[in-house]
Amino acid sequence: MAQATKKKPVAKAAGAPVSARIAAQAHFHTLRLGTPFQPRIDALARTQDWYNWAGYRAPHSLWDEELEYFAIRSQAALFDISPMTKYRIEGPEAEALLNRVTLRDVTKLRPGRVHYTAWCDDEGFVLDDGTLFRLSPTRFRLCSQERHLPWLLDSAVGFDVIVEEETEAVAGLALQGPTSFAVLRDAGFAGVERLKIFDLADFPHDGGPQGNTQVTISRTGFTGDLGYELFVSADMALSLWDRLMTSGDLRGIRAIGYTALNRARLEAGLIVANADFTTAEHAIRADRLRMPDEIGLGFMIDLEKGHFNGRRAILEARAKRKLRYVLVGLEIEGNIPAEHAIVYHKKAHEVGLVSAAMWSPMAKRNIAIASLARPYGDTMVEDLWVEIYAMRELQYQKLMKRAKVVARPFIKLDRRTANPPADF
Amino acid sequence: MTSFDAIIIGGGHNGLVAAATLAKAGRKVLVLEAGSEVGGAARTEEFAPGFRASSIAHLLNRLHPDVVKTLELEKHGLQFGRADFMPSVALSKDGPPLVLHGAYGEVLTGASSSEQSAWKGLRAQLLRYAGILKPFLYRRPPDLAGMSLLETVSLGQTALALKKLGKEDMRDFLRVLLMNVADLLDEQLTDIRLKGLLAFDATLGSHLGPRSPTSLLGLYYRLAGETDGAAGAQVLPQGGMGAVVTAIRASAEKAGVEIRTLAPVAKIIVEKGRAAGVALDNGEVMHASTIVSAINPATTFLDLVGPREIDTGFVRKVKNIRMKGDTAKLNLALDRPPQFTGVDAAGHKGRLVIAPSPDHVERAFNPSKYGEFSPEPVMEITLPSLADPSLAPSGACVLSAVLQYAPYALKEGWDAGKPKFLKAVMAQLESYAPGIGKSVIHAELLTPADIETRYRMPGGHWHHGELQADQMLVSRPVSGWSGYDTPIDGLFLAGAGSHPGGGVSGAPGLNAARRIIAMKG
Ligand SMILES: Cc1cc2nc3c(=O)[nH]c(=O)nc-3n(C[C@H](O)[C@H](O)[C@H](O)COP(=O)(O)OP(=O)(O)OC[C@H]3O[C@@H](n4cnc5c(N)ncnc54)[C@H](O)[C@@H]3O)c2cc1C
Repeated sequence: MAQATKKKPVAKAAGAPVSARIAAQAHFHTLRLGTPFQPRIDALARTQDWYNWAGYRAPHSLWDEELEYFAIRSQAALFDISPMTKYRIEGPEAEALLNRVTLRDVTKLRPGRVHYTAWCDDEGFVLDDGTLFRLSPTRFRLCSQERHLPWLLDSAVGFDVIVEEETEAVAGLALQGPTSFAVLRDAGFAGVERLKIFDLADFPHDGGPQGNTQVTISRTGFTGDLGYELFVSADMALSLWDRLMTSGDLRGIRAIGYTALNRARLEAGLIVANADFTTAEHAIRADRLRMPDEIGLGFMIDLEKGHFNGRRAILEARAKRKLRYVLVGLEIEGNIPAEHAIVYHKKAHEVGLVSAAMWSPMAKRNIAIASLARPYGDTMVEDLWVEIYAMRELQYQKLMKRAKVVARPFIKLDRRTANPPADF
Repeated sequence: MTSFDAIIIGGGHNGLVAAATLAKAGRKVLVLEAGSEVGGAARTEEFAPGFRASSIAHLLNRLHPDVVKTLELEKHGLQFGRADFMPSVALSKDGPPLVLHGAYGEVLTGASSSEQSAWKGLRAQLLRYAGILKPFLYRRPPDLAGMSLLETVSLGQTALALKKLGKEDMRDFLRVLLMNVADLLDEQLTDIRLKGLLAFDATLGSHLGPRSPTSLLGLYYRLAGETDGAAGAQVLPQGGMGAVVTAIRASAEKAGVEIRTLAPVAKIIVEKGRAAGVALDNGEVMHASTIVSAINPATTFLDLVGPREIDTGFVRKVKNIRMKGDTAKLNLALDRPPQFTGVDAAGHKGRLVIAPSPDHVERAFNPSKYGEFSPEPVMEITLPSLADPSLAPSGACVLSAVLQYAPYALKEGWDAGKPKFLKAVMAQLESYAPGIGKSVIHAELLTPADIETRYRMPGGHWHHGELQADQMLVSRPVSGWSGYDTPIDGLFLAGAGSHPGGGVSGAPGLNAARRIIAMKG
């Protein structure tokens, strides 16, 4: 495993030599890093079905995609989120910095709370979306799909703040599903029942080589279900895993891979960077760039809060009606997933593409997320079709299926937000 | 309190030109200057009792004709004719000097006849090519996204001028455009004195040696300037460079511009993405809907606006503007006029250049790459009091010299380096004008670090930002924002850091004002 600690790239390093910046991005040096949970995951990996998540070796599935999905919806699923990029942003002006970088108003995010947000480049194109954890008045954790250290350091110029990559130093787990609360309670996390959706708190954890330490638990997740996310320093990872597995044994706890999670998130209507939209730094073609309003994140934009990156461009795009795309939820007739299908108007005119699709066992509907060129999906929502190529014994069966624009999320589970959380 | 339509930050010549142009268009304009005098680096100051000199910029060779016309500077006492054109004298230790007479060497003396005809050909070519670039180098750079009809037409005119060149000439224009000046000179000339002078002129004010790629652009930039309609002509204004500013100031004040000195702006107030006013360092706040910053672009954004009001990508670009100067200024009070070996009386009233060959210039450049000054600096010298006795006590003389290379970030630091550099400069002068050392009453050496503090020019840089291919035209001051407007609505840039660049031209100030007028019109 790669070293978990390294020289701290602080904001002052904005003007520091390039070599310091390169050293601060050591993830390039090892191909497919293991996460702090790797020994446990390797032991459970019967399918040996791996993929590359931000440079880490992560499982698509561990034993059975279908059953892993149902672990999320009817038991408790444990998913390793350590590869998620994590930054510690701390200092008297951390709030001001994040308010300038991200779209939402960070002054409204109280300590002990989490919000989902996104950030843009100067042109108003989305660089990434992610979750912002306010650990204290002056300390934040920003989690995202892509790496952003150079961007954050350059953004920190002129702010009294430290920006540090902590992806390797901090291990993360998502515990999701109806019995997740009971698992945590039985594991001895006293008071965890007080966490409302998007709350976070620190809990003691005794199990690492250094003895007593803290685990940060938030009532968040990527499944639309009752669930939690847990963060500990990397050296505590295995003892935390064992603690949860032990207490969850009778509650059906299962480790899962990404395929199952991906289904749950689609049902929850959540989007994934570089799956449902191309992030600005990845896009090569000019028409692949997306503004928040073009991927359903317009609600985050707070024009009253003061300046933030991309504000000017976003305002101009809105005023001059330069928004060209829209991201929508679709319900498609039949039951064949329309994965990456082309969307047509009147069966003839190509207007967009499905980026994620599935038959939803929970919604009992054939659902999809698609990006359409306006006005389709925006003001023109009638007469939309998707063309599905279903491979049937070495022959494509081309199906033209009616698609209806519907609201996201596709499922709404009361247990996600119920207080106190239900004991299953 | 009076209210103003526009507040200009910085009373350098560009700020004053912008102010005057706006005022003539009916705007109520206030200029806020940090120093006790306006003019910035284009001032005449007393540097020793009874001795006055153009403190920094001393030679006028690019004051834009539209500035002269718009501000009616001739009415305000600024007038030049052919008789004022100064020769350039390429000094030589071992032999008579070579002299370029008239407007950048209409006549060449001191060279062989074959060299004279080679020069004639090269000069014509340089002026022809500089002439093609001239509209690019003066107008607001084309805004490729939303070009107005007028802009399209004038761009078309340039294309037409290019076409008129003829196929061969056009190919050659494109071939040499980004060349280094030394290679081009080697193609056409043989006299190292002439080549040394041209190599010096091409690299003056930049962090380039004659063999650095693109160094020829500096020569084109120089030759795109004109005086009294003659490209490349240079003059020493009577009363020093301050006289130019005095005329500009008079024009501005006549148009109703109000000027406040000792009023350093500490902050540009931004409200909801719009410039709303400024705050002085004493806390005084003034409001206006148009704020024009005629100071350095990096200072404007990183210090006065502050990074939190602008986007990260823009901060990145601004931070990356290279602006570490290599040019120093020497003002000497001499008890008598110096005698440069082999130079006649007319030559002493000209521009005396110590740059004996392109190799000398290149060698002078080399140490600057590593944070060291040239042990044998190259320089351009004027003796302004010879033609304007008011600058010195009678019988005495002022020497004003621009020196290269003196890197801003001197490794040993300028506290330690300055006396050593002065010694090197004086030794160099002594070898061309024996006895000059003994006649020095007072020596004022301004290193880039001194220029930075005294004139608020970051890096002490001639152009408020290197003028090289990657920082010119649509990339000046940063790519995407070359049209004088900025990401802050109502805030404009108007100083040398903007297109086309530095030198006493008034072009950035004029263009910025025209842009503002066009936007509201
Ligand atoms: C050594 C040297 C020699 C040169 N020689 C020549 C030459 O011979 N011929 C030539 O044409 N050019 C020459 N130049 C270049 C020329 O001097 C400059 O390009 C030109 O003066 C720039 O004019 P400006 O008005 O844009 O900026 P500046 O002259 O720098 O004026 C800016 C003004 O803004 C003021 N200011 C700054 N900050 C603030 C603030 N916060 N609030 C209020 N006011 C502020 C400054 O005090 C200054 O008065 C030389 C430059 C150098 C360094």
